[in-house]
Amino acid sequence: MIDHGQADVAADPDAHGHVDVDTVQLSAELVEAASVASHDIAEYALWLGDDSLVLAQHLGWWISRAPELEEDIALGNIALDLIGHARSLLHYAGAESGRTEDDLAYWRDEPEWRSAHLFEQPNGDFAHTIARQFIAAHYLFELYSALMNSTDATLAAIAAKAVKEVDYHRDHSIQWVLRLAQGTEESRRRMITGLSDLWPFLEELFVDEPLIDRLEGIAVRPSSLRALVEAAMSPVLAEAELGVPRGFISSGGGRRGDHSENLGPLLAELQVLARAHPGATW
Amino acid sequence: MVTVASVARPRPSDAASQQAWDIAALVCDPEVPVLTIEDLGVLRSVAVTADGTHAILTPTYSGCPAMEAMRDDVMAALTGAGYRNVTVELVLAPAWTTDWMSEEGRAKLVSYGIAAPTGHSGVRPTGTVRLQLAVKCPRCSSLNTRELARFGSTSCKALYECRDCLEPFDYFKVL
Repeated sequence: MIDHGQADVAADPDAHGHVDVDTVQLSAELVEAASVASHDIAEYALWLGDDSLVLAQHLGWWISRAPELEEDIALGNIALDLIGHARSLLHYAGAESGRTEDDLAYWRDEPEWRSAHLFEQPNGDFAHTIARQFIAAHYLFELYSALMNSTDATLAAIAAKAVKEVDYHRDHSIQWVLRLAQGTEESRRRMITGLSDLWPFLEELFVDEPLIDRLEGIAVRPSSLRALVEAAMSPVLAEAELGVPRGFISSGGGRRGDHSENLGPLLAELQVLARAHPGATW
Repeated sequence: MVTVASVARPRPSDAASQQAWDIAALVCDPEVPVLTIEDLGVLRSVAVTADGTHAILTPTYSGCPAMEAMRDDVMAALTGAGYRNVTVELVLAPAWTTDWMSEEGRAKLVSYGIAAPTGHSGVRPTGTVRLQLAVKCPRCSSLNTRELARFGSTSCKALYECRDCLEPFDYFKVL
């Protein structure tokens, strides 16, 4: 697989960055796609794409419900970036099995999803959403920073694009963690509760599933991100005078299709329209 | 020599492709209609061959919905000019950056009322403070401005206000 990736890079450097968003052209392109992921790479792309799509679906709920108008717009924009990443990743993941990004988004049932439990956690109150964003954006930033060096040129191109956007997401979450933690007694209490409720889901992001051993140099080894993510979050927590939460650790299992109770309802909403009206467009 | 301009605006070298490039280059960003896709650095390639005409665009932001409109507009512009078998592709690499915006484009942005990107892109080192150069008010040129919201009316913009003329304005974020 590594050889395959390198050979293609040498042959056609542009082909790997290619991500077409037009589903009409897309089906034609699948026939002669220059970069079709191997089964393992497709599975890995699914991990990353599902994380972003699930998180984007959650964040979209806040539009018209956030504490202020600017925040409706911020969370909506962040969701839009994440949908962009998910589309690129699912498009790449689907090419191997002849499925489109829409096939993967709308027609897979819960056990076929590969999102980690962190991304599935409910929005809760605004502080919970910010706590989830804080962890997610720090993780995604380090992930994409490392994935830019993947020997798989498509994954590297998606990462190089995404990392700059996720940098803004990270900054957004930091500003809110500081503001809520240093705001009123109530906002601080909520920020602390939000962080302690979401922290148990951090660990799953650093678990090396067997798939990772088969993708040396292509995938980012999750365990290698732990120190980087923790080192980036800790000065923020210190500045906000928040301790690192302690407590139970979620057993995870999202990468194997074992999900929390939160994914089902989210998928029901995400998929209902496509399933009620197959093939509908507007 | 590789210059910012040659990377940002890789106009083809053969006459037939140049002619098609110059037509595609006039397509404007639907959200910021004073900027062409050439000003933005979004137009990456136009090639006229015996098989047809092939244009390549790169998205500004991964999820930017304006990309589909730009792609359709390039298709329409080239087809309308008589080109056959027009295809338009989107590529992600190399990743677009505001560094590719032309000087002319920056000036047009300001006269349109949007502050142009200040400084250069580059993922910053880990830290809690984003170093930001002062953003100049596009109306009164004051540097006494402040950010109201980092995420604005489109993916590429932040919302600012001027503390001198008291007007709010959009700022095209560095990416």
